Amino acid sequence: MSESNSERRTRLLRLGGFVAATYIGLFLIGFIGGLSLNEIFGQLISITMYAGVFGLLALALNLHWGYTGMFNIGIAGFMAIGVYTMVFLTASPDPVASPVAGLDLPILVGVLGGVIVAAIFGALLAIPTLRVRADYFAIITLGFSEIVRLFIQSDTLGEIEIGDQVYGTGAGRSVRYSNFRDLTDVVVQTFVPSAIFDTLGAVGLSDSLVRRLFYALVVLLFMLAVLWLLRRIARSPFGRVLKAIREDETAAQSLGKDTRAAKVTVFALGAGLMGLGGILWHGQGSFVEPDLFLPIYTFFIFIALIIGGSGSNLGAMVGGFVFAAFLWDGPRYLRTIVSENLDIDAPQTIYHAGAELLQFDVVPLISYLAESLDELRWIFIGIVLIVLMLRRPEGLYGDQEDIAAAVDLTERPPRGENNE
Amino acid sequence: MYGLQRFKNASGQDLFGYLLLAALAVLILDLARRLVMGTLAPGTLQTLAWNGVIDSLYIGLAAIGLSMTYSILRFANFAHGDLLTAGAFSGWTVAYIIGGIGAADIGSRLLLDADGGARAGALGMDILASPLAIVLGLVAAAIITILVAIAFDRLVFKRLRTAGGITLLIASVGVAFVIRYIIALVYTVDERGIVASAPFVEFPVVGEVNLHELTLVVSATVLILGVHFLLQYTKLGKSMRAMSDNRDLARITGIPTERVVTATWVIGAGLAGAAGYLIVLDQSQISINLGWFLLLLIFAAVILGGIGSIYGAIAGALIIGITLNVSLIWLPADLNEVTAFGLMILILIVKPDGLFGGVETA
Repeated sequence: MSESNSERRTRLLRLGGFVAATYIGLFLIGFIGGLSLNEIFGQLISITMYAGVFGLLALALNLHWGYTGMFNIGIAGFMAIGVYTMVFLTASPDPVASPVAGLDLPILVGVLGGVIVAAIFGALLAIPTLRVRADYFAIITLGFSEIVRLFIQSDTLGEIEIGDQVYGTGAGRSVRYSNFRDLTDVVVQTFVPSAIFDTLGAVGLSDSLVRRLFYALVVLLFMLAVLWLLRRIARSPFGRVLKAIREDETAAQSLGKDTRAAKVTVFALGAGLMGLGGILWHGQGSFVEPDLFLPIYTFFIFIALIIGGSGSNLGAMVGGFVFAAFLWDGPRYLRTIVSENLDIDAPQTIYHAGAELLQFDVVPLISYLAESLDELRWIFIGIVLIVLMLRRPEGLYGDQEDIAAAVDLTERPPRGENNE
Repeated sequence: MYGLQRFKNASGQDLFGYLLLAALAVLILDLARRLVMGTLAPGTLQTLAWNGVIDSLYIGLAAIGLSMTYSILRFANFAHGDLLTAGAFSGWTVAYIIGGIGAADIGSRLLLDADGGARAGALGMDILASPLAIVLGLVAAAIITILVAIAFDRLVFKRLRTAGGITLLIASVGVAFVIRYIIALVYTVDERGIVASAPFVEFPVVGEVNLHELTLVVSATVLILGVHFLLQYTKLGKSMRAMSDNRDLARITGIPTERVVTATWVIGAGLAGAAGYLIVLDQSQISINLGWFLLLLIFAAVILGGIGSIYGAIAGALIIGITLNVSLIWLPADLNEVTAFGLMILILIVKPDGLFGGVETA
């Protein structure tokens, strides 16, 4: 379990090398593939942003699952609550600017409100469901996230007239909120002096790329802040109660710990962070729709955390990066390069591709597969999950799981001092 | 007095349960009021209830399998919905190959009209025009789904027999993705109607009957009865009950546990494949998300009936099916699933053993 400082340093160095190699590799692939600098940097920035978002969400899930053992597969529901609350708080009341009106509050109030409301819903869900078995809890949370999505999608909440204003979720239509994109604007106006636009512009980066770059950096900052918070919690007495719950809840209770209160608190906190993750994820676009909160998005976060290893904060962030770079954005990038270079005319169905294959023409099958990269990506993700469960259910950094004891009991005292 | 005493001793959980019963009573009273006052036509209620029965039959077929794997292999199988999808696509492919001879190009038929070259109407894809193709398709759906399930059991689940429920759950999510997107790769992701509109036949007493619904009702009932007799009157059923009770004890007493597991997959996946096929027969629409979108409803049925009980699963499916449709009296159409999921969550909280007290009948 324990490792010396030098081991930790090598591990971090190797990790840094891996991240750097990924960026350089992607850059080179794009460069050789003949993409423009703006296209390549756009892709790298997008990967950075998603790495931050997935890392943050995986950290939040780690708080539930890795620290406390609560198997929550309702992440999409909490993200939806966070995002839609923020949208309601910040949208403009002007019907021309946005189809459903909001309260026109400042953006930061919106973010905070989204996080708080998501946390409240987390607490409300956790209180009655704490005692149920882990797999039942999983099904309950999945059901909850679907209920949230169905409500947002329903016409009942779609448009609610209060006075002469129409509030609501916009139902199944994607809703554009004029104020929503301000999340990027706030970032840019607060942190980025205009000189930077000129400097980076001289290298060839467009203004919109610079804006996205700084947005990605702010997302990363948020992720690091969450990491700091979780580390503080982990080392506090409260954090030890959480890990005791994960190891043996009855034992923790018999030692007089109020495990119920601890679980409700931690579930609410994690749910709030998931709301924050949702806000950062969709804060860059200027519209939301219920389909962005299908259960499949919950599994994205799960895959990220499982790749890294549940229980380890470092693993959560690495998993977020790996998922963003290789499973989420990587395949799109490859497709851009392929379609840039090959003038492919993909056959309409796999049958046509197969028929041509019988005449020893492989190109149609390859171009069909290139066109179906989304499907291939999902098959690949499924295989990754299966193989991880078969070979390494603890994930890449599973051995880095935070131990439950206050001091590392596996650490032996230096030789000579013990009386062996 | 005794009743009062009992009420005083009730835990918060019991109180919650009583509250639910009271709410149900209010709804039934309101239903009666609407019928008497004439705001709800008896015909409407009848239609809603009938649709509920139809829905509950295919949910029930699927729920039996999910319930069996849940109790015998001890994990929530998130790939079960995609077994329905596999059954739907494979079964209808066979039906198209047989039923569409001469009417359309084989490439279009193999891929279920993915390129628009084999329209269901042109092929005569209804139960009157091509009964043989549709029945053979049903058989093929069951058989191919069984093969898919056994293949994934050998490749994945068999190696995780001793693993925890959550590890298996995650692995089953992986299996679900693999099945669904292999289907998507072959058949494309477009949703399309592949069954011609249902023929109606005039029967004495009951009046006009939708023959596709009739086929669904008859096949589902036969399958459910078949499984009932299989589990009630053979050694297999007894072995399954023993295994879901205590796997180690079952093995010690000489039950060939691996063979029982295979039998579980055969029954569960066969029913799931048939359910997927019959849903398409009833609704005509096929898409790769067919089973995935139904999965939570199937879970709801299993949980309501109590995990491990096939009669419970059928009863649970009936409740879910009726709830989905009858709730339309009070709720708008886009919220009816909310009631089903809400019911599921409430049961998990109040009575996690299921409505019938967790008696494991098979």
